[in-house]
Amino acid sequence: MDELTRKAYRLRRDIIEEVYRSSAGHVGGDLSVIDILTVLYFRVMAVSPDNWDSPDRDRFFLSKGHCADALYMVLGEKGFFDKQEAIETFSAYGSRFIGHPNTEVPGIEMNSGSLGHGLALGVGTALAAKMDGRDYRTYVVLGDGEMAEGSNYEAMMAAAHYHLDNLCAVVDLNRLQISGATKEVMCSDELGEKFTSFGWNVIPVEDGNDCGQLLEAFEQAASVKGHPSVLIAYTVKGRGVSFMENQKSWHHGVMTKEQYETAVRELEEVCSE
Amino acid sequence: MNKITNRQVICDTLLEAAKTDRDIVVVCSDSRGSASLSAFAEAFPEQFVEMGIAEQNLVTVSAGLASCGKKVFAASPACFLSTRSYEQAKVDVAYSKTNVTLIGISGGVSYGALGMTHHSCQDIAAFAALPDMRVYLPSDRFQTAKLTKALLRDSLPAYVRVSRSATEDVYGENMEFTLNKANVLMEGDDILLVACGEMVPGAYRAGKILQERGYSVGLLDMYCVKPMDQETLLSAAGRAKLVVTVEEHSPFGGLGSITAQVISAHCPRKVVNLALPDGHLVGGKNTEIFAHYGLDAEGIVRACQEAFEQ
Repeated sequence: MDELTRKAYRLRRDIIEEVYRSSAGHVGGDLSVIDILTVLYFRVMAVSPDNWDSPDRDRFFLSKGHCADALYMVLGEKGFFDKQEAIETFSAYGSRFIGHPNTEVPGIEMNSGSLGHGLALGVGTALAAKMDGRDYRTYVVLGDGEMAEGSNYEAMMAAAHYHLDNLCAVVDLNRLQISGATKEVMCSDELGEKFTSFGWNVIPVEDGNDCGQLLEAFEQAASVKGHPSVLIAYTVKGRGVSFMENQKSWHHGVMTKEQYETAVRELEEVCSE
Repeated sequence: MNKITNRQVICDTLLEAAKTDRDIVVVCSDSRGSASLSAFAEAFPEQFVEMGIAEQNLVTVSAGLASCGKKVFAASPACFLSTRSYEQAKVDVAYSKTNVTLIGISGGVSYGALGMTHHSCQDIAAFAALPDMRVYLPSDRFQTAKLTKALLRDSLPAYVRVSRSATEDVYGENMEFTLNKANVLMEGDDILLVACGEMVPGAYRAGKILQERGYSVGLLDMYCVKPMDQETLLSAAGRAKLVVTVEEHSPFGGLGSITAQVISAHCPRKVVNLALPDGHLVGGKNTEIFAHYGLDAEGIVRACQEAFEQ
């Protein structure tokens, strides 16, 4: 197993600890998006506690903000704060590690959590980069259920209109949302074609939980000029924990002690490979 | 009668400031003409962003720009800005405390004949309820210029409502202006008038008529509806027997509600709220609508006398 994949699995183990202790969070989505976050923060993006004050840092927005649990683990691993504090206090009374990304937490650019905002924020930061002649890039992670929010399409229009090739979106397409299959809740067919028709460069990622495939796709996106890019990342909700995979009930399910122990055992087995 | 609109004054002030500040950015939603911002778009195309008719995007993109150090002025009709993009204002501007000034153009019943879709008689209530959002309704062109300059100097969220038509002058070029301090236009012991925005000139005329009829009248221009200048309000209300608020807004959650809340807590006395009714409004020019609902000078005088004599 490569180092990046191992890191993503260790972070899964952290997420399980965090959500089990708090009886909160959105574990299914955390486990589908974690590989995307790991690749972005540890290979793709130039953002760290060292350059946080630099106007040239890359920008990141977790538009599907309910997966803050996963982002906190990644930012803790990156050194923005003590990860253990996040694990122990997530969603607790008075904690800064609340259920959606907020700027009280080091490493968070903007508050998010209401769906359909992240892409437009990204349009703003990408436009600002163009205005200022800066080279930083902006990354936005969206959920596939979130793509029913109409505001996304306003942002898609504007990103293509302004040729924001410094903007890269990722759709964590895990095919499930809180009520069931995304395609049954609201038509989500041909998402790639929708982006294409809006003028975006679309890069399908067959296995959106494969760090190698993701890395290749991000490199491809960075090479495209004149158009914003989107990775349609086909992921598995609950990926890495057998009983959670592809189960809508794990959108924000709470583990029993036995389930927690099973999840930990499965993830630690992978980590020790 | 002054012919220069407050929206024109905002554009002129931003044009002047942008000569030396490349971080000033104006964002519009197909509203550069109606916001009188075409001149800015032409003079500083690199500092102007057109969002098309997409108010949600207008506000969130503005917040993204502001997060990168831009001083953003986002202008759109107040009716859409305060409702269609309310959540974006709540989350991306107020909650994230971004340096975005939301300019609600053609506020209140400026688009009187266009009907309720184009009225914004809930904007004060809506924006005042957002933590960290400030709400300003400047009265005349001189105050609008001073307010715009003051907002250019700070970096906090704000909502500014201006009218479509020119407003009568209340002040002169050298008016006193302190951000978040109400202007005392008259002092008196019987009736205190508290007005904001376009209602100030009518309230001023009403105050003069009442004085001629023997009443001792005070008048505050409470352009800073939030944060309300409580000190000036309580000082003036403390000496008056009756307080009358005047606003181009629904009767709920606006200037009258906030004024009554402050007065009832600190110096209880009768507060009468003159506002638009809670219902479908009559169509017409804004001045006709004001007169219809007693928000012109004559109506204010009538209401003040009735309430005072009761």
